[in-house]
Amino acid sequence: MVTTLVASRVSPGRVGAVIGRNVGALRSGPSYWIVLLSGFFEPLLYLLSIGVGVGALVGDLTVDGRTMSYASFVAPAMLAVSAMSGALAETTFNFFFKLKYMKTFEAVLATPVRPIEIAVGELVWAIVRGSLYTAIFLVVMVAMGLAEPGWAVAAFPATVLVGLAFGGLGMAVSTLMRGWQDFDLMGTGQFALFLFSGTFSPVQDYPVGVEVLIQITPLYHAVELVRGLCMGVLEWGLLGHAVYLAALAGAGVWFASRRLTRVLCD
Amino acid sequence: MADQPLIYARGLVKRFGEFTAVDGIDLDVAPGEAFGFLGPNGAGKSSTMRMIGCVSTPTTGELRILGMDAVHDGPRIRARLGVCPQLDNLDPDLTVRENLVTYARYFGLSRAESRRRADELLEFVQLGDRAGGKVEPLSGGMKRRLTIARAMVNDPDLVLLDEPTTGLDPQARHLLWERLFRLKQRGTTLVLTTHYMDEAEQLCDRLVVMDGGRIVAEGSPRSLIETYSTAEVVEVRFPGMPEAGPRFAAALEGVGKRVDPLPDRVLVYVDDGDAALAEIHRRGLEPSSVLVRRSTLEDVFLHLTGRTLVD
Amino acid sequence: MAVTRGVHPTIAVLERHLTLYRRLWQASVFSSFVLPVLFLLSIGIGVGGYIGRVQGVDYLSWIVPGVLASTAFQIAVGESTYSVLGDFKWVRAYHAMRATPVGPADMVRGHLLYLVFRVTIAVVAFLVVVVFFGGLHSPWALVTPLVCAFLTVSVAAPVMAFAATIDHDSYFSLLFRLVALPSTLFAGVFFPVEQLTAVLRPLAYASPLWHAVELCRAATLGRAPAWPALVHVGCLLLWAAAGLFLAVRAFRRKLED
Ligand SMILES: Nc1ncnc2c1ncn2[C@@H]1O[C@H](COP(=O)(O)OP(=O)(O)OP(=O)(O)O)[C@@H](O)[C@H]1O
Ligand SMILES: [Mg+2]
Repeated sequence: MVTTLVASRVSPGRVGAVIGRNVGALRSGPSYWIVLLSGFFEPLLYLLSIGVGVGALVGDLTVDGRTMSYASFVAPAMLAVSAMSGALAETTFNFFFKLKYMKTFEAVLATPVRPIEIAVGELVWAIVRGSLYTAIFLVVMVAMGLAEPGWAVAAFPATVLVGLAFGGLGMAVSTLMRGWQDFDLMGTGQFALFLFSGTFSPVQDYPVGVEVLIQITPLYHAVELVRGLCMGVLEWGLLGHAVYLAALAGAGVWFASRRLTRVLCD
Repeated sequence: MADQPLIYARGLVKRFGEFTAVDGIDLDVAPGEAFGFLGPNGAGKSSTMRMIGCVSTPTTGELRILGMDAVHDGPRIRARLGVCPQLDNLDPDLTVRENLVTYARYFGLSRAESRRRADELLEFVQLGDRAGGKVEPLSGGMKRRLTIARAMVNDPDLVLLDEPTTGLDPQARHLLWERLFRLKQRGTTLVLTTHYMDEAEQLCDRLVVMDGGRIVAEGSPRSLIETYSTAEVVEVRFPGMPEAGPRFAAALEGVGKRVDPLPDRVLVYVDDGDAALAEIHRRGLEPSSVLVRRSTLEDVFLHLTGRTLVD
Repeated sequence: MAVTRGVHPTIAVLERHLTLYRRLWQASVFSSFVLPVLFLLSIGIGVGGYIGRVQGVDYLSWIVPGVLASTAFQIAVGESTYSVLGDFKWVRAYHAMRATPVGPADMVRGHLLYLVFRVTIAVVAFLVVVVFFGGLHSPWALVTPLVCAFLTVSVAAPVMAFAATIDHDSYFSLLFRLVALPSTLFAGVFFPVEQLTAVLRPLAYASPLWHAVELCRAATLGRAPAWPALVHVGCLLLWAAAGLFLAVRAFRRKLED
């Protein structure tokens, strides 16, 4: 339903123009390639430090009856985190800056481009950037023997879905931001997700109340989906995680474009 | 120290790489004087002001401020200066009052003294009612007034003002002139740059005109006008300007001491405006409009730099 | 002279930062206090549950001093980047100071004092929380704020020099990702540096964070550090001295024209 609704109102050409603006803006910054690529280091460094370094202290881990090295437990989670932070970086900080300070969108809306097209364009751009990171990360995982090549290929579309979900969420949140001080709050929230969403230890081992709380939050579903695929464990549960993420993406875009319309067109 | 110049410069040069911004200037500013710099954009006024403020090191030349060497005694000199830079650099996250108190502390004033000075100066520049508010929402003119108040927080012997009134509305400018005049009466030495001739005439005892990094004229406003201009100026417009301008300018040759064709009008420099007007009519010229006025610094400036002030 | 000397210019600079902090402190509560505690919960207790003893102690007790020092490290890096660049570029606060008797050395020292203040608050608050987790084992833990103060200067000074040298803030992401994050993750905070391959180990030894982590760990566990304590302190002082020199030079260059 949402897709047909969106499709009937969205022109690919105009969405392309929104994306093109982003590419152009990125190119103009100094040393933009290094800055862009360095974003990929973050989850890799965590994998090496916590996954491999602390993993050596942990030894093997048994989750749901399956035994694995700690690094191969952490690696898929870092992949999901990579997709999340790539998408969030673009749709929160940068998006907010364009919305509030550069008045980029106001200028864009003076043309035939509609708010929904801005939202979709920004989201696609966020995914492109996020996918760049996840693709490299998957190659590293295969090289380190933390994933089979075949399952790594299968996991890639899942990371795109994760990017879409967090991209939509990020945009929706950005339209509600009052100022930079809210980003501190959001950063803390994002970091809490990063620490507790089954990334470094299985949620089953948390107290029940905490476990249920975590299962409501999005990164948990992202980690479970990506981990299932990376390990080649296909279960019906994966479908549930995928539906959760798709719904989040749709709701995020819908909400963001509604808010954009209200903020910019009134 | 009464007879010693407050600012003494000989052969002062400032280069940025290959580019020479200030090209060997000499200055003597006496205590209690109000001294002005005029000049077109890029003439080197701000570069000179920054050297006098001891924040920019002269490339060559001698510069002594308050009897001390500008290069070696920077901190001691700056302790006795008040500086209002061309661009405001107020602290946007502090309140109006905190801006002044913080700045006063940089000069080593005690906390109580800093607060007292801040409140006094806020009244002086009529910002008392904004004391607790942020700086960000102040209007341009209010920010300028606050910067000037800040420049006076240490009760300086010498105040440097780089374009203090640029961008202000007429009321704000007159308020500032009045405040600066009061400072001058108290014996504070003022050095300012400006693009406004009326400001220079109002405030300055003496001024220099800079162009291309050099001083091209120096004197009191009156003496500059006497030296570089005539008593009166006749401004005439003709139908068909600007194309017809040079033709009419040629026809006006000899009416006065000098003829200056501008795009929209022709200026004729004369000692007696009415006599000149009669001569123009005698020559059978029929201007579409005529204005006879006294010579101003603007005319001096135009003559010396070949440019109008606000270009 | 009209002006009576009441306060040293360095202290006046410190006061400016404190005045600003009074307005902005709420925002920093999360990054400097809540985050370290979350870290401790997730890695120390969560992951620690799968780890036996490390170097003879339980994992939580082992990483408490690491997270403590890395909290100081984060504040030192984080508060010496955008705010320093911004005070040159957008706020131009340093240009305003430049027109007064305040010199580049005062600007650098005033900022460093402010950071020591910030770090001390965060570190003490963290210590109080950790006491309830039973993470401290020796009264020597009381010297950790001092160690963290040394760490702050040895890290913040070179970062300030960097911030005063670059002209675009995008270089900070390189600093964060290629220097600051690897330091946090590989300088003995989460696992012993002996586990690093021999090629990487010298990098950890060069990092001021590792020396501070070793000193803090020795203090909270009540045992001797890896190297003689004076050597660790000496390394921190070396970084601090070099950083101060570079920062003052960078400030002076940035402000002269
Ligand atoms: N830091 C600098 N680096 C390089 N060139 C500079 C610098 N500061 C000034 N200049 C150059 O020196 C020349 C004189 O500049 P200055 O600011 O002194 O002019 P000004 O007389 O104050 O002009 P305006 O009326 O526009 O303020 C200009 O050509 C300017 O580009
Ligand atoms: Mg200027």
